[in-house]
Amino acid sequence: MTTSELAPPPVKEAGRALESLAVRGRQGRLRSAWRGRFLRIVVPAVLIVLWQLSSVLGWADEFTLPPPSRIIAAYQELWANGDIQAALPISLKRAGTGLAIGVSLGLVLGLFAGLWKIGEEIFDAPLQMLRTIPFIAVVPLFITWFGIGETPKLVLIAAATVFPMYLNTYHGVRGVDKKLIESGQTFGLRGWRLAARVILPTALPAALTGLRYAAGVSLLALVLAEQINAREGIGYLVNNANQNQRPDIVIAGILIYALLGIVVDVLMRLAEHFALPWRPRVAIG
Amino acid sequence: MSPSAETVVDARGVRRVFDRAVLDGVDLQLRQGDFVALLGPSGTGKTTLLRILAGLDAADDGQVTVPRQRSVVFQEPRLIPARRVWRNVVLGSRNPRRDRKKAIAALTEVGLAAKSDAWPLTLSGGEAQRVALARALATEPGLLLLDEPFAALDALTRIKMHDLVAELIQRHNPAVLLVTHDVDEAILLADRILILADGSIDVDVAVDLEKPRRRSDPGFPELRAHLLERLGVS
Ligand SMILES: Nc1ncnc2c1ncn2[C@@H]1O[C@H](COP(=O)(O)OP(=O)(O)OP(=O)(O)O)[C@@H](O)[C@H]1O
Ligand SMILES: [Mg+2]
Repeated sequence: MTTSELAPPPVKEAGRALESLAVRGRQGRLRSAWRGRFLRIVVPAVLIVLWQLSSVLGWADEFTLPPPSRIIAAYQELWANGDIQAALPISLKRAGTGLAIGVSLGLVLGLFAGLWKIGEEIFDAPLQMLRTIPFIAVVPLFITWFGIGETPKLVLIAAATVFPMYLNTYHGVRGVDKKLIESGQTFGLRGWRLAARVILPTALPAALTGLRYAAGVSLLALVLAEQINAREGIGYLVNNANQNQRPDIVIAGILIYALLGIVVDVLMRLAEHFALPWRPRVAIG
Repeated sequence: MSPSAETVVDARGVRRVFDRAVLDGVDLQLRQGDFVALLGPSGTGKTTLLRILAGLDAADDGQVTVPRQRSVVFQEPRLIPARRVWRNVVLGSRNPRRDRKKAIAALTEVGLAAKSDAWPLTLSGGEAQRVALARALATEPGLLLLDEPFAALDALTRIKMHDLVAELIQRHNPAVLLVTHDVDEAILLADRILILADGSIDVDVAVDLEKPRRRSDPGFPELRAHLLERLGVS
């Protein structure tokens, strides 16, 4: 053997250079927490001020983009004549009913396909195929089948929410660590006891993710469903305002949809927080 | 153990074939109260044999008789994260609420009664493994199967676990099969040491050292050297 063959690879000097790592004391942590809170409030506030300024300074004409003050006035008007109070419960009920139907169905199918081989064989292939159809595309078909009353709206919302619930539940159940299932089996758990004590609690986070996702999709489907000749609800308010050339009310309606989205997300996160006390809370950054 | 003790594990001609015959005619008898350690190079089929004795996998051939009540502790604690510690201890119980006292008694034995309401993911590795041990013993098994249960623990915790396991097993008196890679651990704990090689039990030696075992015992290095030689390390 020659020495050249044995020579070790050259040391990369750069890799040996020393660096001192940053220390973040209590002070620093507090400062970053306050910065976080500050920016969270200030950035949206600046945007709203800019929006208002855009019409005050004449950058945008009031009819194309009504300023926030006009939107607030629109809310006062909608409240004063009782439109919001009438529309909101109707839209919420639509979304809620459709969601409840879709989620129940998705949950049952997901558990069935997850827990039993036969369930997987029957349901998984057709559901995976149906899943690829964008629910927006079936609206005309639903109108032909179910008319333009409440039914097509509920069916649309249910159809849109069944898939996220099914998929997450099914994968959650299937994804339960085989080692945990074995550990239940060695202690004599079989059948529904094994499901109730090991599989379902362990799959719950995935099912809740499915629920959160389905709740979000239900609002999306609600907006779409309310385009179908709605005679009541938020969608009706918006369409009506559009025909009457009231962009302020249109924007007010859109913001209600957005607000519902935020409320739903917060509620779902709270539900997860209380339903999954055993999960370590991890936040990055 | 006493010669009159009854045979509780009787395995004869056990075969298990994957791409090759991993177990090819294993014979193993354990009596009530036996503490047997099973050594062998990696990949020789120790876990495969243990899983067959646990009833988790079936043998391809041979006869296996084991006690109805068996417990397993693996290298990982395998606690259910979504169940509180005490519920994990009585995981198989028909009525966990009624057996809560039993769970707490078992946790007291491993020094973890204070953690009975904790969630498993908040436990340290050593604590979780003690919970797994409490769970394994709470069912009063006739056969306790341990598959490298100390391998993932730090050296200090491992020493404490050895003492704890020795004490608890003496009290509960099940037949024990301990799979380990640690020859010293086998000598410290077991009454009999087996080596699995080429699909069957190749070595079967009794450990005739005084209890509690000490590394300073003159017989210790001798037995250790013998076993290491049979394992092909010398
Ligand atoms: N389910 C399986 N399918 C195919 N081969 C397997 C399976 N389980 C185990 N084996 C093979 O059987 C052999 C023995 O595996 P086993 O896990 O019993 O070894 P071991 O003695 O426990 O090893 P270690 O000491 O590393 O834990 C290995 O070669 C492994 O690849
Ligand atoms: Mg193994």
